[in-house]
Amino acid sequence: MSTLTEAAVESAVRELTYAEAIREALAIAMEADERVFLFGEDVGVYGGAFGVSGDLVHRFGPDRVIDTPISELGIAGAAVGAAITGMRPVLEIQFSDFVTLAMEQIVNQAAKIRFMFGGKAKVPMVVRLPGGSGTGAAAQHSQSLEAWFAHVPGLKVIQPSTPHDAKGMLLAAIDDPNPVLIFEHKLLYKTKGHVPEGDYRVPIGKAAVRREGRDLTIVGSSIMAVRAVAAAEKLAQEGIDAEVIDLRSLRPIDFDTIAASVRKTHRLLVVYEGVKTMGIGAEISAMIAESDVFDFLDAPIIRLGGAEVPLPYNPVLEKAAVPQEENILEAARRLARGEA
Amino acid sequence: MKADTDTTAQRPNQRPELAAIDDETMRGVLRKMHLIRKFEEAAEASYMRGLIHGTMHLSIGQEASAVGSTLPLKAEDYILSTHRGHGHCIAKGADPARMFAEFFGKENGYCKGRGGSMHIADVEGGNLGANGIVGGGLPIAVGVGMSIKAQKLDRVAVVFFGDGASNEGAFHEALNMASIWKLPILFVCENNKYGMSMDVSRAMAVPNVADRAVAYAMPGIIVDGNDLPAVAAVAREAAERARSGGGPTLIECKTYRLRGHSKSDRNLYRTKEEIEEWRNRCPIRRLEAELVAHGRFTPEELMTIEEAAQAEIDAALEFAKASPDPDPKDLTRDVYAD
Ligand SMILES: Cc1ncc(C[n+]2csc(CCOP(=O)(O)OP(=O)(O)O)c2C)c(N)n1
Repeated sequence: MSTLTEAAVESAVRELTYAEAIREALAIAMEADERVFLFGEDVGVYGGAFGVSGDLVHRFGPDRVIDTPISELGIAGAAVGAAITGMRPVLEIQFSDFVTLAMEQIVNQAAKIRFMFGGKAKVPMVVRLPGGSGTGAAAQHSQSLEAWFAHVPGLKVIQPSTPHDAKGMLLAAIDDPNPVLIFEHKLLYKTKGHVPEGDYRVPIGKAAVRREGRDLTIVGSSIMAVRAVAAAEKLAQEGIDAEVIDLRSLRPIDFDTIAASVRKTHRLLVVYEGVKTMGIGAEISAMIAESDVFDFLDAPIIRLGGAEVPLPYNPVLEKAAVPQEENILEAARRLARGEA
Repeated sequence: MKADTDTTAQRPNQRPELAAIDDETMRGVLRKMHLIRKFEEAAEASYMRGLIHGTMHLSIGQEASAVGSTLPLKAEDYILSTHRGHGHCIAKGADPARMFAEFFGKENGYCKGRGGSMHIADVEGGNLGANGIVGGGLPIAVGVGMSIKAQKLDRVAVVFFGDGASNEGAFHEALNMASIWKLPILFVCENNKYGMSMDVSRAMAVPNVADRAVAYAMPGIIVDGNDLPAVAAVAREAAERARSGGGPTLIECKTYRLRGHSKSDRNLYRTKEEIEEWRNRCPIRRLEAELVAHGRFTPEELMTIEEAAQAEIDAALEFAKASPDPDPKDLTRDVYAD
């Protein structure tokens, strides 16, 4: 085999931000398939509230990168209608919180149409949802509502944590014949990472083991996976060898990967930004408790979730309301010591 | 507000909308408009210097619609505000020091630092809150109107919203209910030409938000939103109709926001010329010029009012900076009432 060409080296190390990776996925999908279009509030010349759509309107024109009125219920319905009639809409909900105005169309229509119609329709739509706290945007602009949607059969819910996965999972989502909700953490948009050129897919429903370890398992997705990896590196210096699983998809959830890890480590910490009670941690814990993996546990499972409070504005309180790296470290130490 | 015919008669050369506002009231009007402008300039400067986390939406250029629409209100009347709500809040009589404290996330802010710029409320002062959800206040106003009616109170509610909000289903549902139940509500649309980057002409099928009143059988009135006396006159008539059981009114104040939508706006959707043109229609300078032209105030008197407002804002800012932060041990306080 010959040595790598310069271009290949370039592409092997090419770094993009999470936002750029999403934009690149959108451009690839729109170039490849005329049915794909992006629409939402201020996705055109403004470039999207978080700059994700950027210059796409100049590349694909205002008929494929469409500014809409501020009508979340209406635009979610429009996505459903376009999807069931042969288009591949990608809808941006400006802040994931505003999806509350669009619940009817996503939950009662998009998720159920195929089933209700006896399998005679497809709803291939993608909803992009910038979410999460950490920007001082307060209670109505900072939530993590992904678990709500993971409760609805008919929807797929994904939460990539890296630029690589953001691109590959979005491309997989656009190709998927079902409604897919992609929750993009606002704090991740500017993070950088290696992103291959061209079209590639990261499958929906497969978790990734980000770090192998023997002593305990930390499960998280989106920014919590990033924080868990950082925490695991510090734990390693203290002699605690943590395995980190990046969930990536909430529905379908990759229980096999979690189960295999817990069989090995015997200890589980679940970290998620959404409010702790009735959340992702409860589901994963219950899945463990209901399965043979339960017998492998050497300590009670720890759930580290958001505080039982609307997200506060004050930055100190805001940080205190969602798991930070320090909290993961502290919980992992307790778990390693066998304290509940 | 005093609008008796005697004082009006003393100002025969002035248009009736201006003549209707006596000097003492006018002083208050000017003070509030300056407070709003200077509050927001100071907020912007604090933001630029990195003293503030989070975002903010400035209403610089829209002061006349906030102050004019609330001029006929009494202390016990209500307002419901928007994400662009500093002006409404000050117009309704809030204390800029406690507003700044909120803006800085401090424990003695109006919401104890939990809400921030986008959620400032002064419930005791009749301000039922800014709102982070576009159109969020509109259905709430319907409930406020029902409550006023049920309790037979002599009150009205003013609900502010933007042109963009009128494309939300909530707007249409709220106007319909307010009309069928003849609720004492002033629906005040501040049409500043854009919903973020979306030009009204691209977002609406009709040219004016006020045109939509037809569908709900209520008066739909268009007014120059940068003309304080004109806004106040329209609001006064609507408030009188509301108080006398005549039902709601939709008022559309045509105005313009001179700043970007929020901190991240690069103004890619509008021209410098357009912004400049509207800068020349500054509602404060325009009112001041008219008052001087009619000899009602001297430029020196006006300067004194402006300087006093600046001093008040400077002190308010210092108060906020010196205020205590919330204690993280209180994180989950106030989630439920006892
Ligand atoms: C339900 C909802 N959708 C979108 C947003 C994001 N957003 C905040 S303000 C705004 C523009 C609102 O326009 P308009 O109602 O005309 O008020 P203006 O900002 O011009 O004062 C948008 C899109 C939001 N906060 N809430």
